[in-house]
Amino acid sequence: MRQLTGRQAVAEALMEEMMRDEKVFLLGEDIGIYGGAFGVTAGFIEKFGPERVRNTPISEAAIVGAAVGASMTGMRPVCEIMFMDFVTIASDQLVNQAAKLRFMFGGQAKAPMVLRTPAGAAAAGGQHTQSLEAWFTHIPGLKVVMPSTPYDLKGLLKASIRDDNPVLFVEHKLGYGEKGEVPEEDYVIPLGVADIKREGKDVTIIATSHMVFKALEAAKYLEQKEGIDAEVVDPRTLVPLDIDTIVNSVCKTGRAVIVHEACERGGVGGEIAARIIDSRAFDYLDAPIKRVGGLNIPVPYCPVLEKAYIPSVEKIVKAVKEVVY
Amino acid sequence: MQLSKETQIKMYEDMLKIRAFEEQVDEFISRGAITGTTHLCIGQEAVAVGACYAIRHDDYIASTHRGHGHCIAKGAQIDKMMAELFGKETGYCKGRGGSLHIVDMSTNNLGANGIVGGGIPIAVGAALSVKMQKQDKVVVCFFGDGAMNQGAFHEAANLASVWKLPVVFLCENNQYGMSTPLNEAFNIKDLSIRAEGYGMEGITIDGNDLLEVYQTVKDFAEKARSGEGPNLIVAETYRWKGHSKSDPRKYRTREEEQEWMKKDPIAAFEKKLIKEGILSEQKAEEIKEKVEKIIEDAVKYAQESPYPSVENITDYVYVEEEA
Ligand SMILES: Cc1ncc(C[n+]2csc(CCOP(=O)(O)OP(=O)(O)O)c2C)c(N)n1
Ligand SMILES: [Mg+2]
Repeated sequence: MRQLTGRQAVAEALMEEMMRDEKVFLLGEDIGIYGGAFGVTAGFIEKFGPERVRNTPISEAAIVGAAVGASMTGMRPVCEIMFMDFVTIASDQLVNQAAKLRFMFGGQAKAPMVLRTPAGAAAAGGQHTQSLEAWFTHIPGLKVVMPSTPYDLKGLLKASIRDDNPVLFVEHKLGYGEKGEVPEEDYVIPLGVADIKREGKDVTIIATSHMVFKALEAAKYLEQKEGIDAEVVDPRTLVPLDIDTIVNSVCKTGRAVIVHEACERGGVGGEIAARIIDSRAFDYLDAPIKRVGGLNIPVPYCPVLEKAYIPSVEKIVKAVKEVVY
Repeated sequence: MQLSKETQIKMYEDMLKIRAFEEQVDEFISRGAITGTTHLCIGQEAVAVGACYAIRHDDYIASTHRGHGHCIAKGAQIDKMMAELFGKETGYCKGRGGSLHIVDMSTNNLGANGIVGGGIPIAVGAALSVKMQKQDKVVVCFFGDGAMNQGAFHEAANLASVWKLPVVFLCENNQYGMSTPLNEAFNIKDLSIRAEGYGMEGITIDGNDLLEVYQTVKDFAEKARSGEGPNLIVAETYRWKGHSKSDPRKYRTREEEQEWMKKDPIAAFEKKLIKEGILSEQKAEEIKEKVEKIIEDAVKYAQESPYPSVENITDYVYVEEEA
């Protein structure tokens, strides 16, 4: 099968959805001739023109708010916020408006919009590296999608664009360069279905976004060096969360380690752990559930410190060995 | 003009220092010796130097992502700045912040900012504090043309005006916000007319004319200091380099760049000083050599400095009780 990068996969999803539905349009900073800060929309303005590829001033609140209003009135906007950190500036529109309006209006309205944004550490210091997904999983009314592989990025972005709810679609900066198989033919991955990235019987590693690749590396090491057979589960969407796949896996292995790049405190790991404990998997657990998250500090600029902030393969291996005894 | 010859020569030297620093950083970034990204202010040196010389040492500035020039002009040490960009423990932010957060609080610089527009309300808060503490300082708030379209600018400008706070809003209009030209981001040509909407004085000046920047900021800062409230200066200038690392600059022409490079603020000021007999060509050469040496020493200092220790990675997250 052909190989695409994460960047190409996201671009292809956008391209196909824009061709399928003329109501789909893009807005964001530097998405025009510059092609987006990470090059995702390179060539789009040339193909679709400035009406449907709307290069905006630096105004995050207006970008997301305009998407809300346009989506309430018949369009299907996909906005790009250059770094996930900047979603904070648009958070009123996302959190107080988009997420809640359907409920508050008693079902009279909907906001079928997507907010795409890259998260994750990449040598840029505290305001360009955060993974803030947990904040948004706390908001009823929002869907939160956070894929890892090119295949998942493409299929889930298409589903997000077709979804009638506001979707926060979190990409990872390092995921843009990851390569993976993506079929030529059209496909959509439904939101709320986890994927078992590697089967195993001794321990379940639940990992999100770019941490999936690290978890797979750790699993390989554990098999070769420690004789431990790890299963790696990628939830792919955090809201809705496919808890059944996770619970089934933990029932099989009796052990769970949860990995995400966001700070450990208040991260989605706590929620996933609570859901496991609150399920039939409780009776199958042979060890405490471990979380491996980013340190509870702002992401440091210094490359040595940044490396220490991000969960490493070694830390995942260590956590697994702590629960497999 | 009450500027002494010595001061003018120092201003010239500071502009050279900024340019040499940026050129060195550019080289390091392009060959990967410095990780991460940085935003260079080559071509905009006159705004930083003119403004910082027009205010007192104890006055505040708030800086931006393109902040090396502001930091140097306000009096920071080149070696500690270079060390910061290398992520070293001896850097101004002990390697924690990098270029985007470069700051020397000892010179009353309130910091660069990774968030476009993020520094503007902070500048207003500093001015509020000045007023509440009955001090007579002013705050010069640097920001780009792009930042003027953030809600933060509008909210902060209005608040400062309503409360008559001593802020000089200083917009460095370098014609682009990343790839977006003015005409795509504004439906007005002269950005300074926005001042009127907030009940303050606004002016547009040549940001590549060092003395024009100096004189305007001086006048406006004194007005703000005397209790008249805030005002807005829009300094027209141009960034010579790409927005940040690896920018092919598809959104503008090489000819346009050449045109602006003819308006080099440093060359213009050098010419003026020589013409007025304040500077000789030989003295100019000496200064350039001196600056080169400062940069060389800074690089050596940065390269030889240690990285922060991972053991101390949780330092500075919270204020700890003093032992
Ligand atoms: C809130 C926010 N949005 C977007 C960015 C990305 N970004 C960094 S600098 C920049 C352009 C800023 O333009 P301007 O204010 O004119 O300053 P200049 O870069 O021209 O000095 C953009 C879009 C950011 N850092 N913060
Ligand atoms: Mg600009």
